[in-house]
Amino acid sequence: MISLKDLMQPHRIVMMLVFAGIVIWCAIALRWDWIPKYAPLALEGLWATVWILAVSTFFGFMLAVPLGLAQAVGPWYLSIPARTFCTIIRGTPLLLQIWLLYYGLGSLFPQFPWIRSSELWPYLRQAWPYAVLALTLSYAGYEGEVMRGAFSGVAKGQLEAAKSFGMPRFTMFRRIWLPQAVRNVLPTLGGETILQLKATPLVATITVMEIYAVSSRVRADTFIVYEPLLLLALVYMAIAGVIALAFRRLEKG
Amino acid sequence: MKLKALLAAATAAAALSAGAAAAEQVKIGIAAEPYPPFASLDSSGNWVGWEVEVIGAVCGAAELDCVITPVAWDGIIPSLTGQQIDAIMASMSITEERMKTIDFSDPYYNTPAVIVADKSMDIAPTPESLAGKIVGIQASTIHQAYAQEYFKDAELKVYQTQDEANQDLFAGRIDATQADSIAMADFVGSDTGSCCEIKGAVADDPAILGRGVGAGVRKGDDALREALNKGIAAILADGTHEKITAKYFTTSIY
Amino acid sequence: MTGLFELLGLGASAELLSLSGWGGNLLRGLANSLQIAFGAFGLGLVIGLFGAYGKLYGGKVTRDLLAIYTTVIRAVPELVLILILYYVGSDIINKISEAMGGGRVEINGVAAGIWVLGVVQGAYATEVLRGAIKAVPVGQIEAAKSYGMPAFMIMRRVTIPAMMSFAVPGLANLWLIATKDTALLAVVGFNELTLETRQAASSTRAYFTFFLAAGFLYLMVTLCSGAVFARVEKWARRGQPSLKGGAR
Repeated sequence: MISLKDLMQPHRIVMMLVFAGIVIWCAIALRWDWIPKYAPLALEGLWATVWILAVSTFFGFMLAVPLGLAQAVGPWYLSIPARTFCTIIRGTPLLLQIWLLYYGLGSLFPQFPWIRSSELWPYLRQAWPYAVLALTLSYAGYEGEVMRGAFSGVAKGQLEAAKSFGMPRFTMFRRIWLPQAVRNVLPTLGGETILQLKATPLVATITVMEIYAVSSRVRADTFIVYEPLLLLALVYMAIAGVIALAFRRLEKG
Repeated sequence: MKLKALLAAATAAAALSAGAAAAEQVKIGIAAEPYPPFASLDSSGNWVGWEVEVIGAVCGAAELDCVITPVAWDGIIPSLTGQQIDAIMASMSITEERMKTIDFSDPYYNTPAVIVADKSMDIAPTPESLAGKIVGIQASTIHQAYAQEYFKDAELKVYQTQDEANQDLFAGRIDATQADSIAMADFVGSDTGSCCEIKGAVADDPAILGRGVGAGVRKGDDALREALNKGIAAILADGTHEKITAKYFTTSIY
Repeated sequence: MTGLFELLGLGASAELLSLSGWGGNLLRGLANSLQIAFGAFGLGLVIGLFGAYGKLYGGKVTRDLLAIYTTVIRAVPELVLILILYYVGSDIINKISEAMGGGRVEINGVAAGIWVLGVVQGAYATEVLRGAIKAVPVGQIEAAKSYGMPAFMIMRRVTIPAMMSFAVPGLANLWLIATKDTALLAVVGFNELTLETRQAASSTRAYFTFFLAAGFLYLMVTLCSGAVFARVEKWARRGQPSLKGGAR
């Protein structure tokens, strides 16, 4: 962490003053009168972003563990599909994957009239399930690769020791293998979660009203170009900062 | 590998500086999305349609050297003010709200706003009928402004392009969409649009829905605005406008 | 199998994807994407090299400014950066040109795309190259210094060749990010592969055909680049002890 003494170096004080000057100039010279009107919508959008991020990273990671395991030690009929999945997810743009899921599947619905009376229909007709699914699969694809490395990286001797104590395979996995692999990937995971945060605005293109979509709405309603984008960038930096701090805590704890 | 990449960067930088010489061309911005029958891409990568032909005719009559430049619809006004394009001819209605940011030429066509919904649905183009329904609209359009003002009890879904809203209407994800009547007439006549029909025009509000479609130019760019006005007047007078319209529509749309 | 094909609307795929059909559009989009990816990667390398040197050997102010640059770029979504840089970039260039008495500068889509993605790539390249330069044994650079080599020659003859093997895996990753990030330019209406795909898909309603075809093209780019970078890495490592199976 940066200490107060670090901040008090002469050149940093000058830079902070310059920065404060820029902030004050922005506050005075740019238009911010739209904020009160859109604040409630922005809060909803912020919540949607955080919620989608949390759910997709959680389920993505749950999916990444078997994907990594299959690639690291699985038999060929498990490792090949897992590797293919990771390659495809990592080799194509997320935007394309989102559109394929949302508009591609949507184009099939009219062929099956019964879908509209099924119990799943209330979910199928909304956008967020597709957003969550696409982001979950994407996170799983990237993390599956990371977990493969992590599982291979756990020292063989430890596993052999556990085996020789007669530990059942699942206990061995739960108590020795997984915790060590997770600890090894924690530093990477923080960065990957920030990358995932940076991917969330893409779901605005399929009508999910998250924070990026709110800023687009402000831009469309008011014709103000830069101010909503600058504020949006600030919001993302704040979220990224919180994620970085949280993972630093996790690593220490 | 690296050398090649560096070369590409260098040529790009050169392109940036060399561009200044050829400033005489007028870049006409259209929306980079299929919007039949006004502007859509054919399979060989050319833009075709009523509006594309009108752009050609107006520029010809006004003796302007125009190039069609597709840009994202929801960024089309910033692209104009940011000087990436010089004029907007993308079925943009002349509204008070937009006039605060840009200037408009005289109108060159007119289209009422309608509600389109599934044939089996009993929907009327009124706020009461649409209450509780999911209505899809395109971002940054008069329809978005109108729906936000009048359809407060409906759930609004905002799309980047009207085409995506149509696609979701076809898929059944939205109950109705509000859009321009002419483009919608084309949609309900197509295979995908066969599900749906035009339920009628919404109650007019000239302050929001504007007064016809015109070409948008930067504020103060009077020379170009005058030139475009002259071109529009010329093709209306000599029958070119009518001739182009007859190729696409059965009735006049001016 | 044919049932599934019909179901997904892939029946007329061959016809739709032929070069005289929409396939030509897709390939044109791919060419645009690759052009921008190349340019952005190159620009990113140049920024990254200066950035890495600035971070390692620059003054206090340079180092702090570079830290702000890399932190901001790596925390803000590319989509937001693209929108900001796209509109701000052309605004600034035009203002400068007007201030100098020149006319309006036309910025073509490719140049704008390269500038936007290049600035983003530069931040990541700075970190990759900084790590690689730090991994070069200090003794090698000191030896070069003691022979009286000028700073630029040290960079050209010692630091860069020695750091290459450390930098290549990171740079390969950056290149893949560059190719995929070009898809984001679809949102500002630039005709690269993803936007061409969407236009083709919505014009023909054959969503699966075109999205799958585009996915295949992207995947091919990724796999081919992987093969190329593997060779580059082998070349960069020439003369170094092999990593595999080395005795420790």
